[in-house]
Amino acid sequence: MSQKLRNRVFDYSAAFIVLIAVFICLVPFLYVLSASLSSNRAIISQLVTIYPIDFNIEAYKVVFGDGGMLYSLFFTVILVLIYAVLALSVTVLAAYALSRKRVKGRKIIMLVMVFTMYFSGGLIPDYMLIKDLHLLNTPYALVLPSLMSVFNMIILKSFFENLPESLEEAAYLDGCNDLQILLKIMLPLSKPALATIALLYAVFRWNYFQDALFYITDENLYTIQLKLYNVINISQQMAGENINLNIPSEALKAASIMFGTIPILLVYPWLQKYFVSGITIGATKG
Amino acid sequence: MKVIDSDLALNKKTSIEPSLIKKKGFLYYLKRDFIIYLMLVIPVAYILTFKYGSMYGIQIAFKDYNMFTGLSESTWNNFATFKEIFANPQFFQVVRNTLVLNGLDLIVGFPAPIILAILINELAFKKFKKISQTILYMPHFLSWVIIGGIVTQLLAPTGMVNSLITRMGGDAIPFLTDKLAWVGTYSLVGVWQSAGWGTILYLAAMTGIDKELYEAADVDGAGRLRKIWHITLPGIRPTIAILLILQLGHIMAINFDRPFTLQNNLIMDYGDVISTYVYRVGIQSANFSIGAAVGLFQSIICLIFLVTSNFITKKLGGKGIW
Repeated sequence: MSQKLRNRVFDYSAAFIVLIAVFICLVPFLYVLSASLSSNRAIISQLVTIYPIDFNIEAYKVVFGDGGMLYSLFFTVILVLIYAVLALSVTVLAAYALSRKRVKGRKIIMLVMVFTMYFSGGLIPDYMLIKDLHLLNTPYALVLPSLMSVFNMIILKSFFENLPESLEEAAYLDGCNDLQILLKIMLPLSKPALATIALLYAVFRWNYFQDALFYITDENLYTIQLKLYNVINISQQMAGENINLNIPSEALKAASIMFGTIPILLVYPWLQKYFVSGITIGATKG
Repeated sequence: MKVIDSDLALNKKTSIEPSLIKKKGFLYYLKRDFIIYLMLVIPVAYILTFKYGSMYGIQIAFKDYNMFTGLSESTWNNFATFKEIFANPQFFQVVRNTLVLNGLDLIVGFPAPIILAILINELAFKKFKKISQTILYMPHFLSWVIIGGIVTQLLAPTGMVNSLITRMGGDAIPFLTDKLAWVGTYSLVGVWQSAGWGTILYLAAMTGIDKELYEAADVDGAGRLRKIWHITLPGIRPTIAILLILQLGHIMAINFDRPFTLQNNLIMDYGDVISTYVYRVGIQSANFSIGAAVGLFQSIICLIFLVTSNFITKKLGGKGIW
């Protein structure tokens, strides 16, 4: 009996600690959400915690009224879609070709690719390269330099390696060439793996910020992250100096943060299982 | 008639005359696997252009870069750039900051997901377990720009945390503006962002532990804590060891976004790290040679650490990242 009781106590204490961790995860969002729906006065007087004070949606009206923000969102969504499709295609090509054991030279090509995971030119040579290729301030600078992740390629390659060889042989006998085999037989069998890789690329592109910061000065090409960074930080650098009408108020900053957060929160719960499978495949096969 | 070109068909024939296959030159394979090689054109061109092309640019670290004549026309400067950075105390400061912040991630950030994974694994309420995992993974999917924004809102002098502290009669903590406090903030924000996501591999390892071990321990009258200590922890020990060594291999590597979005002018003495220093000196001040040299220094140290850590992982029986 006492053992059973102790078990119960343990169950509830473990659940309690996890609940606290969950709470710590959520509170920052709740605070920013509440701040975005509160009046500026309430925020500065430190009245806001996890529910709005003086509820209003003025800040959101400003964010959605500002064409720049919506434009960046739209631009980033298009960019993410194009990037994910291109990056996935290039990854599939490399992964499939390198997964065919009969191909001469695959070990050398693999070595050439894997070496780049260990050693890279660094920020400045990257920047100089983009500059010399005249890609600064073009949308290509946000796609081409990260066109393929060698890590993702290796994950997909080991997936292709595990598909039964007999499929390929049967298709050869039916007169298919390698491209037809890839498109008609291998890819339909790999849908979950392809979805995982595509999502990894999409989230990477949505969140990636440093290439936009380095390579883009034209506001028409601002990704949502760069736009947000500027909105959040302009006011910080100027804080303490004179109060300017152009400085976003606290509520406006909070609303901008939510504007960038909500899209990912909306898709995340549905995508979670793909990511979990992605990380476990990567760990065991990589 | 279809020509059967697969290795399988080929091998059947060559069993009669094996000397023939050895004489096949590369052209033969190029013709046989032409489409495969065609598939490799774009990926290989990408890697050569953007990865090796960038490595070619490393020479700028050894040259007096002349913006008008370009890189290849610039003259070699006999390691003057490296002499300059090694004479600069700021360089050692950013290296120290990088090591300290990564070291803290190792001490504070590394155990956090292990503890959390053990707790999640012990949860008896399935639905609650699932929902809390979903919520705990979530911060991993936010960009550092957003996390930086949330953190500055939350921990600002007028933010929620300080308003709660002052309401309870404490003194406001300068989380973002005091150098030492900032280091703590940096570290804890890292835990907030990655502890939940970090549990995945440990939880996967825990599902691999033999259930009979727990049943045997039950028969012996072991309590829950004893079972964690004597069964769960030893069960995930290989995972812990491999992840620890991999993280040690990255002790000199630091990403750009996290320090950059959390930094502010007041804490640069402790908060400026190699990546952000290279950005400020190299791109913002257009000191390309200096920036590239600091980057190269970091890349080489990183390479040594990574190769070593990978070697140790393999010795321990893990697969490494090769």
